Amino acid sequence: MNLQFVVDGLLAGSMIGLGAIGVTLTYSILRFSNFAHGDFMAWGAYATLAVVGAVGAMFGKIAPIAPLSFGWPLIAAVVIGMAITGLLALLLDMVLFARLRAKGQAIIVVMASFGASMALRSLLEFIFTSRPTYFSRAIQIAMPVGFGIRITPDQIALLLLTAVLVLGVHLLMTRTQTGRSMQALSQNAALARIVGIDVAKVVRVTWIVGGALACVAGVMIGILIQIRPFMGFDMLLPMFAAAILGGIGSVPGAVLGGLIIGMAEAGAVQLIGAEWRAAVSFIILMTVLFVRPIGLFGVRER
Amino acid sequence: MDLLGYGAFFLTNALIFSLITLGLNLQWGLTGLFNVGLAGFVAIGAYTSALLTTPDDAARLGGFDLPILAGWLGAMLVGGVAAAITGIATLRLRSDYLAITTFGVAVVVQLVALNAQKLTGGPFGIGFIPRPFGGLAETPLLFNLSNLAVVSVVTLIVYLALEHLSRSPWGRVLKALREDERAAISLGKSARFYRVQAFAVGGGIMALAGALQAHFTGFIAPDNYLPILTFQVWVMLIVGGSGSNKGAVVGSILVWAIWAGSGTLTSVLFSPDQQARAASLQIVAIGVMLCVILLIRPNGLFGDRPRRPRFGKRAKVAAGESGTTS
Repeated sequence: MNLQFVVDGLLAGSMIGLGAIGVTLTYSILRFSNFAHGDFMAWGAYATLAVVGAVGAMFGKIAPIAPLSFGWPLIAAVVIGMAITGLLALLLDMVLFARLRAKGQAIIVVMASFGASMALRSLLEFIFTSRPTYFSRAIQIAMPVGFGIRITPDQIALLLLTAVLVLGVHLLMTRTQTGRSMQALSQNAALARIVGIDVAKVVRVTWIVGGALACVAGVMIGILIQIRPFMGFDMLLPMFAAAILGGIGSVPGAVLGGLIIGMAEAGAVQLIGAEWRAAVSFIILMTVLFVRPIGLFGVRER
Repeated sequence: MDLLGYGAFFLTNALIFSLITLGLNLQWGLTGLFNVGLAGFVAIGAYTSALLTTPDDAARLGGFDLPILAGWLGAMLVGGVAAAITGIATLRLRSDYLAITTFGVAVVVQLVALNAQKLTGGPFGIGFIPRPFGGLAETPLLFNLSNLAVVSVVTLIVYLALEHLSRSPWGRVLKALREDERAAISLGKSARFYRVQAFAVGGGIMALAGALQAHFTGFIAPDNYLPILTFQVWVMLIVGGSGSNKGAVVGSILVWAIWAGSGTLTSVLFSPDQQARAASLQIVAIGVMLCVILLIRPNGLFGDRPRRPRFGKRAKVAAGESGTTS
């Protein structure tokens, strides 16, 4: 068996993991599974693409940074795209989810997120059409790194970026007051309110972090594969499976879950064939639900 | 005459949707089970019935050439069993897990439909599915009317059966579980067992609807069972008002009229190269409509939604009078 699947799996796992962090945070803090999360990815990718276009219009053509396929316009655009996606998540919460949450019917919120997901995705299709687009059409030469594995400079950069982001979120969750408030709210909402935690602020941070990470994941897909309106929706099942496998509420769990699912997908592509890729997350999901529904790092719900 | 033919055609489609919505109403409206993969169960029914009734085909499995009625029964059985397995896996957990799992079922069914060429014909689907009254196809009007009659009778039977069920002791247990799970369990009703039953019956009805549609159009392909189908049916149920069988039927006809009407409108208003974009705007509009109804009138037209849903209730109690519960 060719070891190339390790790199492919790590990359797929990074995308899934970054998305799953958002899913697991929304689930544990706001207590609903957000079916619109995948579409945050797509919106992030398209927002970044639009900013790249705007930068190109303003400053003319800018050469990419040496071995990479992209230059500083894309890097700046990702930062702006993260802000836009975070704001989009906040906005959606304000007009829709917060109001339904106030009524206290958790599952209605899930349904609304399903409706919002359809609307968001179709809006992208309307604006950008369903034709796939790319950040760059340049072809990168993959470098051999031994054991029959090949990797491109873009892939190395994105893997490093993922590691930095995951570390950042981990530090945010464990070392800052905001992060500790988030954990408190996810463990016991009533008690968190009693000790005076600013719930509205925690909710805002949750959406912004989730949206921003979804944007990065979307841009990664855009750089390595392609951008299309359905790109996020297709990631939904792997993301949910990763969040549940890792244990709801656990950020390291979500990332590890993402990596496991990414690896399994890449392995299955090699062994069985690419067309069955999407079934892998479902099989893992069902196994987790039957064997250990709280996941790897989960805690039993109180 | 054309108008009458189209009316019959339209109503047949709308009633097939009603049938799916009735199945969803049993799962969600009556029992509070959230199914976001219903397109998968509809597809299971359509493919099962197609496999059982088509003439023998060398390119794929079967074509068993059975009578249409056998196809429908088989569809219900397979759809029900698939739903039961899904239910057994997830119904002991929080309701979100069921949502995620059903979503996964739809993805996998779509995948099998696309890739398992030997079973489903792959992306080209299955053709030559026998139609009831196929001999009348020469005179379209008569053919449409007879199809409408068949679909109407099936829908009526399912409707009456569901009405009877929801008033029966069985239906009362489901409502009790939806309203207050702990109280119902304390009376000795096994929550999981009843929920699995309701989910399985609902899945069977959806599969039957899929089979009916397959025999009505004579051709099925994976594209018929995309997530948009799930979405349409949810809007139908919410507009009609979940919990009410009458609402499910009326909501389906109404939303299908809006959908078909706006589809005709876009094809008139937009040039052919812009129609794909216009169609996506149509979906945006329906998505926004769903969210607005959920916000403003969650009971729909005829709704009887739980006054105290399963999980919201517990949160409210915990926040309001903490200490009385665990």
